[in-house]
Amino acid sequence: MENLTTYLTQERDQEWRTEIRAKIKLKERTLKLRVKMNEVDPDIRNKNSVEVNSGLTVDQALLEAQRCVDCIDPTCITGCPVGINIPKFIKKIEIGDFLSAASVLKETNTLPAVCGRVCPQEKQCEAQCYYTLKLKKEPVAIGYLERFAADYEQNSGKMSIPEVEKSNNLKVAAIGSGPASLAWAADMAKFGYDVTVFEALHEIGGVLKYGIPEFRLPNTVVDVEIESLREMGVKFITNFIVGRTASFEDLRTQGFQAFFVASGAGLPRFMDIPGENYIGVFSSNEYLTRVNLMNAANPEYDTPVMSGKNVAVIGGGNTAMDAVRTAKRLGAETSRIIYRRSLNEMPARVEEVKHAMEEGIEFLNLNNPLEYYADENGRVNRMKVQKMELGEPDSSGRRSPVPIEGSEYFLDVDTVIVSVGVSPNPLIPACLSDLKVSKWGTIIVDKETMQSSIPDIFAGGDIVRGGATVILAMGDGRKAAAGMHQYIAEKVKK
Amino acid sequence: MNVVVEKIFFSEKVAKLVIQAPEIARSRKAGHFVIVRVDKFGERIPLTIAGANIEKGTIDIIVQEVGVSSSKLCKLNAGDTILDVVGPLGKATHIEKVGTVIAAGGGVGIAPLFPIVEAFKKAGNRVITVLAARNKDLIILEDQMRQFSDEVIVMTDDGSSGKKGLVTQGIEEVIAREKVDLAVAIGPAVMMKFAALTTKKYDIPTLASLNTIMVDGTGMCGACRVSVGGETKFVCVDGPEFDAHKVNFDEMLFRLSAYQKQEVEAFQSFLNK
Ligand SMILES: Cc1cc2nc3c(=O)[nH]c(=O)nc-3n(C[C@H](O)[C@H](O)[C@H](O)COP(=O)(O)OP(=O)(O)OC[C@H]3O[C@@H](n4cnc5c(N)ncnc54)[C@H](O)[C@@H]3O)c2cc1C
Ligand SMILES: Cc1cc2nc3c(=O)[nH]c(=O)nc-3n(C[C@H](O)[C@H](O)[C@H](O)COP(=O)(O)OP(=O)(O)OC[C@H]3O[C@@H](n4cnc5c(N)ncnc54)[C@H](O)[C@@H]3O)c2cc1C
Ligand code: SF4
Ligand code: SF4
Ligand code: FES
Repeated sequence: MENLTTYLTQERDQEWRTEIRAKIKLKERTLKLRVKMNEVDPDIRNKNSVEVNSGLTVDQALLEAQRCVDCIDPTCITGCPVGINIPKFIKKIEIGDFLSAASVLKETNTLPAVCGRVCPQEKQCEAQCYYTLKLKKEPVAIGYLERFAADYEQNSGKMSIPEVEKSNNLKVAAIGSGPASLAWAADMAKFGYDVTVFEALHEIGGVLKYGIPEFRLPNTVVDVEIESLREMGVKFITNFIVGRTASFEDLRTQGFQAFFVASGAGLPRFMDIPGENYIGVFSSNEYLTRVNLMNAANPEYDTPVMSGKNVAVIGGGNTAMDAVRTAKRLGAETSRIIYRRSLNEMPARVEEVKHAMEEGIEFLNLNNPLEYYADENGRVNRMKVQKMELGEPDSSGRRSPVPIEGSEYFLDVDTVIVSVGVSPNPLIPACLSDLKVSKWGTIIVDKETMQSSIPDIFAGGDIVRGGATVILAMGDGRKAAAGMHQYIAEKVKK
Repeated sequence: MNVVVEKIFFSEKVAKLVIQAPEIARSRKAGHFVIVRVDKFGERIPLTIAGANIEKGTIDIIVQEVGVSSSKLCKLNAGDTILDVVGPLGKATHIEKVGTVIAAGGGVGIAPLFPIVEAFKKAGNRVITVLAARNKDLIILEDQMRQFSDEVIVMTDDGSSGKKGLVTQGIEEVIAREKVDLAVAIGPAVMMKFAALTTKKYDIPTLASLNTIMVDGTGMCGACRVSVGGETKFVCVDGPEFDAHKVNFDEMLFRLSAYQKQEVEAFQSFLNK
């Protein structure tokens, strides 16, 4: 920590930083208003898959960068799970050197264009900004600026490919190709390893591809980053399920020295209430996979999807928001969120909730489904809902919902999307009997090195955390790379 | 990319494809399946691995044309490629020596039944295979089945091959004359439902291999869920085989028809192309 503070101070004391700080008075900086993100009109965007946020213009980015006062103690950094040097990249934007700003981001974050779009900034970096903490004003728009710099680099055609060490000819593999894995792969490639990423599906990117919709995170943004990993020498093998297509033992025989398990939390949870298996009741995973991975909404593709008229999505997380907004875009007349707590407790990103409301999504908060009913063909047509009120805070610190007796009522629905959480993917634990897992099925690892109970197996991301965020998954990937690098160095010495 | 090495038509609408997939060939066991996506526009559809050749690095799949995806597959020729083949998926059949086994296959179910018949025979069981379909053309693999069965009974709805009648009549015929220790039924959901009702009368343990709609095949989407003994199970990871006496076939039948309208429309426009 001491070293970090010294480092940050040294950086802050550099001439260019001192100069740019002096350009505008502190008071003047703090009087500026936070930039507004440019958005596509709600009535246009809720009918297609165009990205909702269109990014900041150069002028907007320059103005917003001026708001950052380049604090002596940049508390914002403590809010970022990968510790991006936030004031440094923002000041690079202020001096107009956008490509350098992007390089600063890439020192610690492999996927800045992704994080700038999907991080829950209001709970992370921006929550710790001087403006939030001390001035009680709207924080510097760190996420928007991060996206701006990353997009600028992507669009410039001058992507900087990080330098990699000379090859050490040691093979390592990741299981899964989500954000945890991509961050791990970048670091391992930099260390000089021969890196292979195995993915069960036919696309690389994990949830970034099959889960998060195009209108929030375009696939091309992810693909550019994957392309730069390829240029660093990372090999991607799709349609390969580790534990089925080949076992860990097979892969050890092929010379792999260590493994990073980042298989995610892909198992959908249902509520176990009557009628949940009727036609038209889906998991959000199925619904989003059909649309995002299989392109079901495009008639050129063979995979079908149901475009309901009356859609109810159960849950209040990012996944629920993505599903309900997707349903709207597929032509639903009413698309509703049914959530058992109140708006305050909703785990989704604030921006997604706001966008959903603008797009005409109805929110039935403090409501919980009890049962589904179907027509003679087994297709869901009605549901029974119960109203809730908030009781005492539970173990998660949120006030727990309590049913109101006698408040049950019926809603007409033709499509229901259940989005009440996911469980860790059991495939890997099931094929490794020595692997220690928690009672929730998450892999138990050393918090510093991410090493599991099997020495050559490391793990991170949702399979360890049981459903978290992109940036936390990436943080795990980087820690695991450092841990694995050390483990292999010791192993090879012997 | 997986190259199609060979294609043989068993009947007008049923083809066997031999596909290059060395890793899968090595890892697969009887009862396993693969998920296949023909081309960029294709669906991911599940197909049983009907056989494998480890030396050549190939697997066999037997496909019956019922809609767009299966027709696209049947149109491929040797030398063509399949974009995605992933597996082996599902739980392998639990093969052991139990005594006498009835293996009942209906229509599309005959293909997935074949590796199971082979495995039970090799484990030393007496295997009596009952093949059933609407007509003669839909009875496939009869000769291959004979190779690994002590007896093959053929039943057709119209009597164009074997005996006229339903699969259940074939099963009853065997049960009436000898002790049966296990039944395996694979075919359309209705056929499995009635086969299960028949064996239940005689308390014969029965396995059914369920052919639900799937997307990923790895437990991620829940499209394939069925109720077994009142609990929701995912066919792709918990199955595809279950205790047939506990499966809620009526629910499964409903769920299979979920996309019928879209499927029929898509198939029509595919045929018109
Ligand atoms: C719809 C949705 C919206 C979300 N929105 C946000 C958001 O706005 N902001 C945010 O920060 N987070 C969001 N999240 C959460 C975030 O996406 C996850 O926390 C993150 O993706 C976890 O990354 P991961 O690398 O652990 O695994 P994943 O991204 O889940 O990737 C795991 C990959 O491993 C593959 N795999 C599994 N088993 C095997 C095997 N045996 N062999 C080979 N491959 C295997 C899977 O197919 C999958 O592709 C969202 C999640 C969803 C579902
Ligand atoms: C574990 C498993 C193993 C299978 N093994 C084989 C196999 O070895 N050979 C083979 O030919 N098929 C097999 N199937 C069935 C095969 O997956 C379907 O026939 C295929 O998905 C149909 O796709 P389609 O686009 O051609 O037809 P669709 O357009 O999807 O359907 C056309 C018609 O077939 C009906 N249908 C759709 N899916 C199924 C289904 N799963 N079972 C029965 N009827 C269905 C529809 O209701 C519709 O009327 C298997 C299924 C599972 C789950
Ligand atoms: S990665 Fe996420 S938490 Fe870190 S600075 Fe960027 S937006 Fe904030
Ligand atoms: S805390 Fe806010 S104002 Fe201070 S350096 Fe960080 S972003 Fe800038
Ligand atoms: S096919 Fe998706 S969970 Fe079984």
